[in-house]
Parts: sequence; structure tokens; C-alpha cells
Amino acid sequence: MATADMYKENILDHYKHPRNRGRIAHADSEAHDSNPLCGDDITYQLTFENGRVSDIKFEGSACAICLASASMLTEEIAGKSIERARAFKKEQLLSTLGIDPGPARLKCALLPLKVMKLAVYKYLGKKMTEEDEKLV
Amino acid sequence: MLDPEKIRKDFPIFKRKFKGSALAYLDNAATTQKPCQVMEAMDDYYRNFNANPHRGAYRLVADATERYESARKNIAAFIGARQEEIIFTRNATESLNLVATVVCQQAAPGSSILLTQMEHHSNIVPWQMNAKRHNLRIKYAKIRSYGALCMEDMPQELAIRPAVFSFTHVSNVLGTINDAVKLCRLAHESGALACVDAAQSVPHMKVDVRKIGCDFLAFSGHKMLGPTGIGVLYMRRDLQETLPPFLVGGDMIKEVTFEGATWNSPPYKFEAGTPNVAGAVGLSAAVDYLKKIGMEKIEKHEQELASYCREKLSGIPGIKFYGPKKGAGIVSYNIGKLHAHDVGQFADEDGIAIRTGHHCAQPLMKLMGEPATCRASVYIYNSEEEVHRLAASMKRAQKTLG
Repeated sequence: MATADMYKENILDHYKHPRNRGRIAHADSEAHDSNPLCGDDITYQLTFENGRVSDIKFEGSACAICLASASMLTEEIAGKSIERARAFKKEQLLSTLGIDPGPARLKCALLPLKVMKLAVYKYLGKKMTEEDEKLV
Repeated sequence: MLDPEKIRKDFPIFKRKFKGSALAYLDNAATTQKPCQVMEAMDDYYRNFNANPHRGAYRLVADATERYESARKNIAAFIGARQEEIIFTRNATESLNLVATVVCQQAAPGSSILLTQMEHHSNIVPWQMNAKRHNLRIKYAKIRSYGALCMEDMPQELAIRPAVFSFTHVSNVLGTINDAVKLCRLAHESGALACVDAAQSVPHMKVDVRKIGCDFLAFSGHKMLGPTGIGVLYMRRDLQETLPPFLVGGDMIKEVTFEGATWNSPPYKFEAGTPNVAGAVGLSAAVDYLKKIGMEKIEKHEQELASYCREKLSGIPGIKFYGPKKGAGIVSYNIGKLHAHDVGQFADEDGIAIRTGHHCAQPLMKLMGEPATCRASVYIYNSEEEVHRLAASMKRAQKTLG
């Protein structure tokens, strides 16, 4: 895949103008993870109300693919039921991103998904499934 | 200047097209491409001379042994060492593991090891592991903000009287060239053994172990046109006698009984098991190739090209370089707040290979306050035209992402 395709307009838009970036004063759950190999570092904070994700924010320092993915994921997850957030598929996120990041950059795209799910699992007091553990 | 176009003809990989462009390979600090001469030497060895050296009495064994030992002799002469002072290993990392293991084993409990803040993981982790095992302390000589050791500080750093001072000759992240002669002299004055990680120097400049005055010197074959899986450790002759062996097994023994064993004479004492003969033969051919060009010419070509690269990149808004201006053929940089991996993606698309990441030197990167940098590292086959391509690609990255 050519770079021009990888850095599509929607990716650049979310990278340059991230949605829901920042902190929540009283979050119900928070999770953080990093990829020391490339230095991507993402934190998610979530609040829940009536079984749904009522607020979601992220912060971090990462590459454009990772930051765009983190930003788009907040829009996908906000308002969803806890179970749908927990079960969110990587294919869904990749289709929202609209790119094939290729083997070298896949972990950049999927780190936010893993961290978001980690926050949900934490809230539920459950252990992450093996499949989700293997996301990154 | 060398003639990169002519040199490239010896390297089959440059015939391959990457997205329509010829490969601009600028990741030579990671590994180098291989000329036909190296591949043919290895092929010839396997086709005509393959046997297990030093074992058996038939003709082919003599042939294989002769090839292995003449490779050792050639490589020894290349760095000004005696033939028997060359120990073959898998790579510089294994060489440093060897030194750390045998030196720490003999160090007095409670004594220290001195490293520097600019080491990469291979010259940190083996010492950490062995220090823990033998109850030794590790200290790191500080580097200044301009990315070099401060020579005036070194006597103070060595005042802890370490058992060993191990340092890199050339930094793989910053391109800094350390004054190995002076550092070894200062180490010896403080009573320490001196170990030089020469993985980034032997491939690129004239290195002479006698002039440097080191006790150990480690480097890899694959970073100097040779094959992967062959590395070298130079160890001073008298230390070879007194230090214990590293890996043990076949070939490194003199006599084995059910109760115990005695050691073969050096360097065989440090080479357990069937060695990588084809690798040694390939590395020897690589040494011949480099000698034919001349190490002085290679060093000059790389320094000129690296400084040309800095010059061409310096016009990019927000670019920041790391390391001293006058260093080896390594240019480390970031463009504003852009992540190195995003920048590297643009280079990749244009058929340019640069390294992006932490360069296996996480403590140094943390000190620099950067999770990652872009690094272009040049060699004999790189040209000014490739530098132009890199600069154009970087401009495109800055324009799109900045």
C-alpha cells in the first residue's frame, strides 16, 4: 500500500484534529499501555451510565496511525453498551480507518483498541480474553 | 570520493526495484548488503572444501581447516592483531557476552563495571546480567548534551577504579566517534580492563587494536559486507590464558574424562562446537573487498556523504539533528513533532530504507527525551543522488503531516 493511501484525508484529519483527546475528571475506569518498540503510548478514560459508555477520552504520544485510530475509536465507542465496547472487533476499527496498515504498522492501529478494551475489562472486573490479549 | 555506481554493480540486491525505484539503502548501521565476492567465496567453500575443521585426518578436513584459519589470519591482520588473538563468535553481541561472562567471573566481589550512557543494549544487558550474578555494580559515564563523552570528566568517572570499562567506539544512534586510544589509556591508568564495542567502527574506518591499546574489541561480520552469523572478538593474548572459557563443549577442550576437562589453547579455548567456517570465509572475502577500496577512502566518503545529508535535510522546517556535527556516517534526526515511524513510511514508499525507532538503545533515547528518531546511515554504495531522494521524501512527509 502506498503512503498516499495510508495517510488518507480522514486519517490526517483525526491526526491533526483529534476528537475526545484529554482527561475526564472522575473516570470510572482508566487503562494505559505502550508499545516500547516504536514508542506509541496510549491512555483511555471512560465513564459509564445505565450500562453504556457515557464518556470516553484518550491521551498519549504516538504516530499518526495510532493517534488517528485512538481518535476514531472514541467516536465509535461513545454511547455504545458496555458489552458492545468490550466485544468491538478489530476488523470494525480497520474498516473505519479505511486502510490496510500492513504487518509493520498493524500494532500502531490496534494499540488503542487494546487499551480501550482493557479499561472496559477493568471496569467489569474481568480478565481479558486471550484473543484480546493478542491484539497487539 | 568513491564511485558508488561502480561499487553497486557488485551488489545483486540493487537490481531489485522497490515500487519502481532502485533501493536507496540507508540502514547500514543495522546491517549491510553483500557483494557477489562474499557470496561466491562462501559458495565455493561449500561446493569444494566443506568438512569439520580441526577434526579427523583426511584431506578435506585439512582443506576446511586451512580456509578457516586463513580467514582468521586475514581478519586479524585487518585490525592489527595476531592470528591467535581472534576468536570467532556469532556477532558483536555474542562477543560482548563472552567478555562480560568471563571478566565478571574473575572480578572481585563488590567491584564495579563502567559503561557509558551512549551504549546500545548489547553493551549493557550482558553486563547487567553478569553483574547481578557476581554481585558487581554498574556505573555509566555521563554524556554531554552535544552527544559525546566529556574527556575532562573521564578520570573522575574512572575514579571508582572499575574492574572493566566497556564503551562503544562509534555510537549507533549519534554517530559520535569516541577517542578509543585515550579512553583505553585512562582505563588502564585506573587499573581497569578496556573493552571496545567496535561494531560501528571496524566496518567504516581503519581500526588497529595495538594503536588503540584495548584488551578486548568486538565486531560483527554482517555490518561490514560479510554474512550474518559470524562475529569477532579480539582478546589480548595473555588474557586468553588467564580468563576462563565461555561456552564449553567440543573443540575447546584438550582432554576430557568422566570427571572433568582441561582446555585447549586459545583461541580454540573460546570456540566451542563446530564453527561457522563458511561465515569466516565470507567475512574474510568482505575484508578483502574493503581493503581493496581502502579504509581511509571509505571513511572519507561516508563523512562527506553524511555531512552532505545533514546539509540537504537542514532546510526542512522543524528538523532536529542528534549527535555531533562531525561524526561517523550516521545522521539521526526528527522532523518537528512527527513520529519517526510516520516519516519512515514516506521514505519506504519512495524506495528508501532508513531506520526508525529506538535503535536498540532505550536508555540513551530516554536520556535524549525521544521515543524514536529517524536514522540514515551510509556506506560505500551510497551516493549523493540517494541523499537527494531522501531529502525530497522527507520534505513530502513534512508537508503532508506537519
